[in-house]
Amino acid sequence: MHIVDRRLNPGGKSLVNRQRFLRRARAYVQQAVRDSLKDRSIKDLDKEGQVTIQRDAIHEPTLHRASQGGNRERVFPGNHDYMEGDRIKRPDGGQGSGSQAGQGEGNDDFQFALSREEFLGLFLDDLELPDLAKRRLIGGAVDGIRRAGYSVVGNPSNLSVPRTMQRAMSRRIALRRPKGSDLERIEDEIAEIEARAPPLPDDAVRLEALREERAHIVRRRNLIAYIDPVDLRYRRFENVPKPVAQAVMFCLMDVSGSMTEHMKDLAKRFFALLHLFLSRCYEHVEVVFIHHTDRAAEVDEQTFFYSTVTGGTLVSSALDKLLEVVKERYRPDDWNIYVAQASDGDTMQSDNGRVVSLMQNEILPMCQYVAYLEVGREEFADIETVGTMTGLWQAYAPVSEANRNFVMRKVHHRREIYPVFRELFQRKGVAERTA
Amino acid sequence: MTGKHAKAPLFTGSDWDFSLINRIYDTIEPIALKEMKLVIYPNQIEVISAEQMLDAYSSIGMPLFYKHWSFGKQFVTNEMMYRKGLRGLAYELVINSDPCINYLMQENSATMQTLVIAHAAFGHNHFFKNNYVFKQWTDAEGILDYLEFAKRYIAECEERYGQLAVERVLDAAHALMNQGVHRYPRIRPRDLKSEAAREAERQAYRDRIYDDLWRTVPVGARADAVPNEARRAALGLPQENILYFLEKTGPRLQSWQREVLRIVRLIAQYFYPQRQTKAMNEGCATYTHYRIMTALHERGWITDGAFMEFLSSHTNVVYQPTYDSGHFGGFNPYALGFGIMSDIERICLEPTAEDREWFGEIAGSGDPVEVLKDIWANYRDESFVSQFLSPHLIRQWRLFKIIDRSGESELRVDAIHDERGYRRIRRALAREYDIGRQEPDIQVVDVDLAGDRKLIVEHGVVDGVQLDPNDAAMVLQNLANLWGYEVVLKEVDAEQRKELKSHGAQPQEGWLR
Repeated sequence: MHIVDRRLNPGGKSLVNRQRFLRRARAYVQQAVRDSLKDRSIKDLDKEGQVTIQRDAIHEPTLHRASQGGNRERVFPGNHDYMEGDRIKRPDGGQGSGSQAGQGEGNDDFQFALSREEFLGLFLDDLELPDLAKRRLIGGAVDGIRRAGYSVVGNPSNLSVPRTMQRAMSRRIALRRPKGSDLERIEDEIAEIEARAPPLPDDAVRLEALREERAHIVRRRNLIAYIDPVDLRYRRFENVPKPVAQAVMFCLMDVSGSMTEHMKDLAKRFFALLHLFLSRCYEHVEVVFIHHTDRAAEVDEQTFFYSTVTGGTLVSSALDKLLEVVKERYRPDDWNIYVAQASDGDTMQSDNGRVVSLMQNEILPMCQYVAYLEVGREEFADIETVGTMTGLWQAYAPVSEANRNFVMRKVHHRREIYPVFRELFQRKGVAERTA
Repeated sequence: MTGKHAKAPLFTGSDWDFSLINRIYDTIEPIALKEMKLVIYPNQIEVISAEQMLDAYSSIGMPLFYKHWSFGKQFVTNEMMYRKGLRGLAYELVINSDPCINYLMQENSATMQTLVIAHAAFGHNHFFKNNYVFKQWTDAEGILDYLEFAKRYIAECEERYGQLAVERVLDAAHALMNQGVHRYPRIRPRDLKSEAAREAERQAYRDRIYDDLWRTVPVGARADAVPNEARRAALGLPQENILYFLEKTGPRLQSWQREVLRIVRLIAQYFYPQRQTKAMNEGCATYTHYRIMTALHERGWITDGAFMEFLSSHTNVVYQPTYDSGHFGGFNPYALGFGIMSDIERICLEPTAEDREWFGEIAGSGDPVEVLKDIWANYRDESFVSQFLSPHLIRQWRLFKIIDRSGESELRVDAIHDERGYRRIRRALAREYDIGRQEPDIQVVDVDLAGDRKLIVEHGVVDGVQLDPNDAAMVLQNLANLWGYEVVLKEVDAEQRKELKSHGAQPQEGWLR
């Protein structure tokens, strides 16, 4: 007998099978995810969760005997007072009293847990932001190369000569390698003594000593190399992911009195979805919240969604604020700029001209994408048709026609958010608009 | 035999380490091999984590398996159940291979590890090695190599022909898996090792002789139709092994598709003995662990506390809920197997007059282990129940038999635990374990390969129980896709030869490439 410890073997053996299962059940799982989103609050949007799909979708059929019909005999344990020949009423749930083991799983739903990644992946699967490749975004993160000190091994082309010479020198000093000048000095002296026509009496002894010293120096110089392999130093490089994809998302919202809680809720969901999506596409996403009445202010998220400010409605103030922030902090060359605006469409007619010109001439050229979401009252969903246009809608309509990266939609109910979102960002939709 | 008594218990707490497992094994081994005289494959014990146990679960307990979404489905279900706490994990898994691989979970306590070693490494192991069904049908030595081959082969097919194409064939083959076993030993068991070599050779040959010219050669005139009887005989009809029939005869399958069918078929065949011996296999293992644990306790190798822990887990395992308890889901194979085997022990040692009348040959033989070893070697569930379910047990479990006739509004109690009922109850219960009766009898009966190639499949209806219509339609569709032509499934009453119902399916366009 021998024992093998398998605990440290790589786990996740079933991962491939799990993925294949998800792929297989994809259509159903996706629908389940979409459904479960309708009832999720924004905070839970990207949590892992359970989904339920119909068992039919992933049923594995076999040829087996039906659980109904025919004559059957079965033996049960635990008789209390039945006697032979007794008649028993057939229990509910069909014939064959008691479930036929292994066949009773017929109608249940099939429930299982999705990880956060899987959940989001499915949720955002068929969506893609338009013009993603523009500017500095080249397929997400790109590996950059960075100097990272020196190493003792490396490619000859990466040899660092200064560093190598420095090491060699300190080694030569430490080991007291005789210098070239020492050798030269002794050789000069030997030559001088040898050159004397009448040699002095102690010259022979002196010459002997000098020759010995020279031999010693030469030997040492041979033993201690000028540059030894241990001196070699190479420049070391390491790969670092370079964040080339960064985006900033501007959330503009009208918080004037005409915006009800319901409308804000709709807007909030739209922003949350957009943010979720952007954070998947870009490594770094910043969010700027600007709310406005007749004046605009940059605020934090809490204030943005939950504060109540009353006042008139001046959309251009928000656009001004946006331009100001962009100028200050987000150079359009370095940032992908997305703007999402939510409003009930109530606006002062006098302001519209300025809004349109700001949007058309200044904002749109520097933005990747601008989405305008007009939120309506739930109860008006049926009454309001395209015919009844709000002031802002009327103003934006020609802008939308002229610019591919400007899109506007109207929603009334929470369940409409996701389809709208899909419609806005669907791959096909982009292709159509591009065409 | 008394065996060696311990100076000190093997362990006191619940912690274990590898040296303790070695000592436990060394203590159990003489009890199992010398006293009970079990004959086993060499053991290999592997310690795994709970997560790895979940993984193992979802590939039918095998350490390696080809990839398929259905295993992923298994996995997500198990994972969900486990996380919710609805279901615990098995303490062990054991694989019928040579050497016999036993998985122990690291979360088990020292007592549980002892129990698991006794249960799996000796009980199941002995059963695998000695039972005739296993001997006849499985090749313990070759199974791991074969699974390795199957996994690689299917991965290669996915590379060559695309994942979806392979998945379709596997789906269809899985649907027919239960119809992919030879039930009668007409054909000798395969040496699984040579399977892999055989296939590699064929593939190399095909690659070598490949010549595109053959495609352009005109096909000659067809031979005349052969008479029906000769035609059926030539095809080996009727044939109950549908996967085998498709593999050999399917007119439109490519060679890799045949090989995939073959893989599924051989694996189904490997598991076929397990389906026939569930109660006996578990009974054998449970009886063995019970004997061994008791011996260990009597001789002081394990403490009273450990023995209590063992008993609590043992009684959970052999618990049989009654029909009206709300937990009843059929007979618990552990309870049934262990119950009958303990009863045999009683009959061997302290027979009553009734036992002598019913079990003359073994009553009072005095050596229960020898009797049981003979039973473990030569019976399967059905024959085991029909021979050894004693009146004593029928009374103890208060078994009763119900008859449910179609067309009657009430169920009838046909037999209870009395003199008149014993044999009827025993026969009925044995039938519930007869795989030949529980699974539909389905055979390929006819096809005219030279004509319209319509495949005719027959279900011999027993007791008027027909096939589940929804599933039958789906399976039939798969069968038609594999066959490539129309398929008809007739449900025919086995006794009166009257056709009750007929299903049909046409192959989907472009399913086979």
